[in-house]
Amino acid sequence: MTLQEIIFTLHRSWGDRGCLIAQPYDVEKGAGTMTPFSFLRAIGPEPWKVAYVEPSRRPADARYGENPNRLFQHHQYQVIIKPSPADIIDLYLASLAAIGLDHRAHDVRFVEDNWEAPTLGAWGVGWEVWCDGMEITQFTYFQQVGGLEVRPVPVELTFGLERLAAFIQGKASVFDVEWLPGLTYGEIFRQNEVEQSQYSFEAADVGMLLKLFELYEQEAKRLAGLKLILPAYDYVLKCSHTFNLLEARGAVSVAERTGYILRVRNLARLCAQGYYDERERLGFPLLKEAGDGAR
Amino acid sequence: MPADLILEIGVEEFPAKAMPSTLAALAERGRHALNEARLVPGGVRAFGTPRRLTLVAGGVPDRQAPVTVEARGPAVKAAFDAGGQPTKAALGFASGQGVPVSSLERRPTPAGEYLYAVRSDPGRPALDVLAEILPQLIAGLEFPRAMRWGTVDFKFLRPIRWLLCLLGSEVVPCAVAGVASGRETYGHRALHPGRVTVPEAGSYLAQLEGAWVMADQDARRRAIQAQVAALAAEVGGVVPADPELLEEVTQLVEYPTALRGKFDARFLKLPADVLITTMKHHQRYFPVLGGDGQVLPHFITVRNGDATGLETVRRGNEHVLTARLEDAAFFYGEDLKVPLADRVETLAGVTFLEALGTMADKSRRLEQIAAGLARLAAGVLPGLDSALAARAGKLAKADLTTAVVKEFPELQGYMGREYARLSGEAQAVCQAIDEHYRPRGAGAELPGTPLGIVLAVADKLDTVAGCLGVGLNPTGSQDPYGLRRRAAGVVATLLAHDLPLDLKAAVGLVQAAYPEAVREQIAAALPAILDFLRQRTRGLLAEAGHRYDVIEAAMGTAGADDPADARRRCRALERFRAEEGFADLVVGFTRAYNIAGKAGEGPVDPARFTEPAEGALYSALERAGPPLRAALRAFDYDRFFREAAALRGPIDTFFTEVFVMAEAEAVRTNRLALVRDVARLLGAGADLSKLAGDERVAGEGR
Repeated sequence: MTLQEIIFTLHRSWGDRGCLIAQPYDVEKGAGTMTPFSFLRAIGPEPWKVAYVEPSRRPADARYGENPNRLFQHHQYQVIIKPSPADIIDLYLASLAAIGLDHRAHDVRFVEDNWEAPTLGAWGVGWEVWCDGMEITQFTYFQQVGGLEVRPVPVELTFGLERLAAFIQGKASVFDVEWLPGLTYGEIFRQNEVEQSQYSFEAADVGMLLKLFELYEQEAKRLAGLKLILPAYDYVLKCSHTFNLLEARGAVSVAERTGYILRVRNLARLCAQGYYDERERLGFPLLKEAGDGAR
Repeated sequence: MPADLILEIGVEEFPAKAMPSTLAALAERGRHALNEARLVPGGVRAFGTPRRLTLVAGGVPDRQAPVTVEARGPAVKAAFDAGGQPTKAALGFASGQGVPVSSLERRPTPAGEYLYAVRSDPGRPALDVLAEILPQLIAGLEFPRAMRWGTVDFKFLRPIRWLLCLLGSEVVPCAVAGVASGRETYGHRALHPGRVTVPEAGSYLAQLEGAWVMADQDARRRAIQAQVAALAAEVGGVVPADPELLEEVTQLVEYPTALRGKFDARFLKLPADVLITTMKHHQRYFPVLGGDGQVLPHFITVRNGDATGLETVRRGNEHVLTARLEDAAFFYGEDLKVPLADRVETLAGVTFLEALGTMADKSRRLEQIAAGLARLAAGVLPGLDSALAARAGKLAKADLTTAVVKEFPELQGYMGREYARLSGEAQAVCQAIDEHYRPRGAGAELPGTPLGIVLAVADKLDTVAGCLGVGLNPTGSQDPYGLRRRAAGVVATLLAHDLPLDLKAAVGLVQAAYPEAVREQIAAALPAILDFLRQRTRGLLAEAGHRYDVIEAAMGTAGADDPADARRRCRALERFRAEEGFADLVVGFTRAYNIAGKAGEGPVDPARFTEPAEGALYSALERAGPPLRAALRAFDYDRFFREAAALRGPIDTFFTEVFVMAEAEAVRTNRLALVRDVARLLGAGADLSKLAGDERVAGEGR
């Protein structure tokens, strides 16, 4: 199964379960969880079901396209369902079977793994799911997001598409994965990997990035103050990515690191609370049916 | 009629590591709850698989045991008025007890006649009682990181999805976390999808077995062990015992099928620790060792299910392990390009603790502390070389910047040893780098070589004294820097090797190695630091079975800061306390000790003696002094107490015949000085006044 077919199949599988199939969000980010579709929508009593592919940038993981498994940018397949349904594991196993990983023919195991995102003030509990010893999914029940207790509880499934496809296609390197017949992952993305690696480790202008971090931080605060939460959150994402670039570039000392994480977390908290307040002011519009999601 | 009770909590995959303690709590609290509820069961057991926690209680009665409850009310004379009518006191008591006044009994008591209410509680049906107590039992289980799910207002370690609760063939009607009880359970996810209806508690385990679930973890563990051993034997290998891994794997599967895979022999050039860690910690595979202890190119994993598609599962696992080993081989190759000693300066980029600098700072300190300790311990640890100790100290942390340790932090020390060896460092240095992390867990192996001991003590004391110095103290159950564990590691090491070492002097070496600001903080915290170490000594001595009063007697001496020395004193005391006359010595010492505080610092003047007993005690003391002090210098407390016995008679006679607090000041002062010298000499061996119990009671004759 090509990577493209895997995406189509997952879209069909989760779309049929009532998930909105959303498009990638257009601001740089390190993980699918960080888009407003996950981070902000996880907050508050409104129900939410969404699935999407999210290109995720991790400058520190860049390897000039030379490591078979590590990438500057990888693609996450992200599913969020709130409140978490009682049959979520069955739904999940059905989506695996749809992409050829039938748990009757493979060994699928749920190994305890709790998730924490310090820059987002978020944590959850759950598992990494192994298929024949390979970690294929991070399965998390969110407990806190942006410092807020989340109730009802959303469940998040994250698949690393490159690794998943390499596993399904039996490839030792993600660069050999077939995105569609006759076109490999390497043919599409290797140049990006090489150039982004050079940029992240060698060419990034530290002085400019430091300035940008300050500017983005100020702008996020200013916009949050104006109750423009979604624009403010875009600047939080920009802060986070700028910090990741600075760190990959070796411009952040160990002592400074904690300080930067704290600054981003404070912004994330600000947006989380602001988002909750705004949705509350709007009367939590997605609570269409009485009792839906809320208690 | 008594019947079996089954309570099965159906959960989403329960964390394997939490299972043993959860099952123990479930059985223990289940038994307690049933007993408290007067439904005393025949026997209680708890079973667990990733998807279920099950309490099985045999022979639970169908009703609570009946009881008679008595309550004493008001005195009869206050209970009835002149007309014989019940007073408010009697009426109130009866209504409070829920009985008519006419049923109250009059009973004589030493305080006069009183009213009693006697009620018999016939007991309620077990189903009703269980419906109340079982949800409480489930809600009462505690977890360090409990979670919420969906919309329910309930916390558990993982979501609860069903609840089977049967007493015999009856459903116990209850609900937990919005899930109602019933007689349905579920079999193995892949092999038996769909529900299983259980008509009767007695058939539960057999029905699960039929649905591909081995509910009994002991049976599952044995099955895994047998399968794993058989697969290893097929390739002429063995699987080293690893109870922790075995337990985790047991709790990751409901129906185990072990399979053996292989990896390319070219990876065997990697150090064994790297191969084993890659297999074990990341993949939960069992490594296979050959007869000579070498790693064989095989691994064994346990699949959750039967043999269906086993070839696919094997290929998948081999593929994953190969990718992991490729990574490890790449990291190892990169690491070998730089000699270990050249890495020391890169430690400047690794924080130790913000207040205590970087690992480069720590490395410089360890160089100095280890060399100092080597000199300090030279007399008791043969073959120590302070130059080698300094070298080991310098290199101890150098592996922290290697790629393999960054990838596998648990390999710190092991990789240091390996890379030190390949960089041509002395064998003792390589070994010490590995050993300085010991003990690596509770009850794990302690450092064994002289240099390893020195480096382990240096590193742990550096952390303990540094943290306590800058105020990073453990609080309650929180010990984020592992200070208690480290301090106990130091004490355990010194005790294991019966190695006398003055920890006060050792902490002094640590203090001197820190920069001035921290040095001053450590100096200020010194009493607290030494006390922290003493607490560990007390704890370990008590754990070894020494009586608390004996420990206190030993700790009331210069041995307080020398664990091995303190233990020798404890052992000698325990041997001598049984001997005839020792009790009298204790009494004599205690009397001397109690008044010695009144003495000044002036010397004893034999010319001022007025009683023969004074002179006799003085000359006994003169005679006993040199051998007692020699015994102390030799840390030989058996000899000390043997020699001390010579003082018993003269002390007894002295206290019988001499009145210390004589009126004449010169005489009194002189006698007090004599008593003081006795107390000091004996007290240098042990503070006998701390000894509790028989001796003193008998000796003082009350």
